Amino acid sequence: MGARDPVIVGVADTALVEGKMAAGTTPLSMQAHAAKAALDEAGLRVADVDGLLVAGAWGQPRPGNMMPIALAEYFGIRPSFADGTNIGGSSFEMFVGHAAMALRQGMCEVALILYGSDQRSARARTLGGRPTYYSLQYEVPWGQPTPLGSYAMAAQRHMHLYGTRPEQLAEVAVSAREWARLNPAAMMRDEMGIDDVLATAMIADPLRRADCCLVTDGGGAIVMTTAERAADLDGTAIDVLGFGESMSHITIGAMPDVAWHTTAAEAGARAFAMAGLTPGDIDVAEIYDSFTITVLMSLEALGFCGRGESGAFVADGRTRPGGAFPMNTNGGGLSFAHPGMYGIFLVTEAVRQLRGEAGPRQVPGARVALAHGTGGTLSSGATCILARR
Amino acid sequence: MSDKPLPTIDPDSAPFWAACGEGRLDLPHCRACARPHFPPRALCPHCHEVGCDWRAAAGTGTIHTFTVARRPAHPGFKDEVPYVVALIDLDEGVRMMSNIVTDDPDAVAIGQRVEVVFDKVTDDLTMPKFQRID
Ligand SMILES: [Zn+2]
Repeated sequence: MGARDPVIVGVADTALVEGKMAAGTTPLSMQAHAAKAALDEAGLRVADVDGLLVAGAWGQPRPGNMMPIALAEYFGIRPSFADGTNIGGSSFEMFVGHAAMALRQGMCEVALILYGSDQRSARARTLGGRPTYYSLQYEVPWGQPTPLGSYAMAAQRHMHLYGTRPEQLAEVAVSAREWARLNPAAMMRDEMGIDDVLATAMIADPLRRADCCLVTDGGGAIVMTTAERAADLDGTAIDVLGFGESMSHITIGAMPDVAWHTTAAEAGARAFAMAGLTPGDIDVAEIYDSFTITVLMSLEALGFCGRGESGAFVADGRTRPGGAFPMNTNGGGLSFAHPGMYGIFLVTEAVRQLRGEAGPRQVPGARVALAHGTGGTLSSGATCILARR
Repeated sequence: MSDKPLPTIDPDSAPFWAACGEGRLDLPHCRACARPHFPPRALCPHCHEVGCDWRAAAGTGTIHTFTVARRPAHPGFKDEVPYVVALIDLDEGVRMMSNIVTDDPDAVAIGQRVEVVFDKVTDDLTMPKFQRID
């Protein structure tokens, strides 16, 4: 390892009850508590933070349109590096990469990645309240349920081209639930089978209620520093071996191929190339699951199976606890929590798995993990590959 | 008539919506590479040159994919569920979101041929929708 190689030294997420944050919490105080917890874990202080990377949906239009500044004030710090780029739920995998570059370049020594959302408590996910300006004027007036309808259109096309079946989509939700049953922090822990998923209401064909992620509050923090700095800290540093990002569209009509997750393919290929690894090297995968179809298309695009083969890939329970391909081991956005932008939890869970701290859901001997985020309506992809030395 | 969300028309989109009001589906065609694109914008997304001419499309196409909204995306659509939202591949080679006008959403399928119909929503706004060519 080189002195300035990037490592993750602390992670935290916000405890929820029934998907909600504790009374008296705000998205800002949530991020402060998560930051303190992640920094404590690393043996670092708020005053050490000189890189701040944050995305979210709070405080719109102001001060949330300038999140790094708003949080610098709230924390009482003056970062020398900031990133407030929002590419949707994948922003946090992108941030791991951007923080890695900033650390290598010497732009900062301790980078803090933050997320906080009060979406469930505030009932903020109003699907009908979307504006109709710019390219949205070609979607919203036709009653497109966003984002659900766009994922449904992708699923419909995937089923048409490849014969993907509803029970194969359902398997993604069932697998997530099986993992959630091992995670006391997960919101949804009741037993659920394929037939239970198929019995839930159709919302936007071919997607049913149980094909859709939860709507919860939630927040988290990731602390990164250099290998040199980490050598002086307690705890297990997790190496960032590779990362990549790609983005293509805001409206589903402009997606390069509605049945192929182009940005995931590009981000994943860049991350694997940087890491010098292949899909076969991954011990545990955390794959953004806003909807069940998101996972199937990501598995193909990242190279874990061939194009059109994802339905069969998951169908034998391969991704469930004890299966050959452990995936979404905290229960995912489908059963753990989904505060609107889920991506930070892909990384916190991957780090816990690599440290061997995941308790009943621990994947034995996990050394290399992949976290892949998808943002918008299959609009962006960002991948990072993490490893325990 | 409508408490539905209506498009916020801007200088990029105004020619498109104006043509709809006159019963035409106009598309911007790049002056450099001659290819059409949609939605309209200041530069060609294919060759990235600036400058387009508007030309009428035939108004026919194929359903590329679709969904059936079983719940309204906005309260203004609550009397219409279930309704079909589709991506239509126009014969000119652009992809456009619209509704498929039908009494039988369950009969809609990928690959079906469709043609444009114009829905005059207000005095100032006409929206293109599509129906199957049988
Ligand atoms: Zn051109």
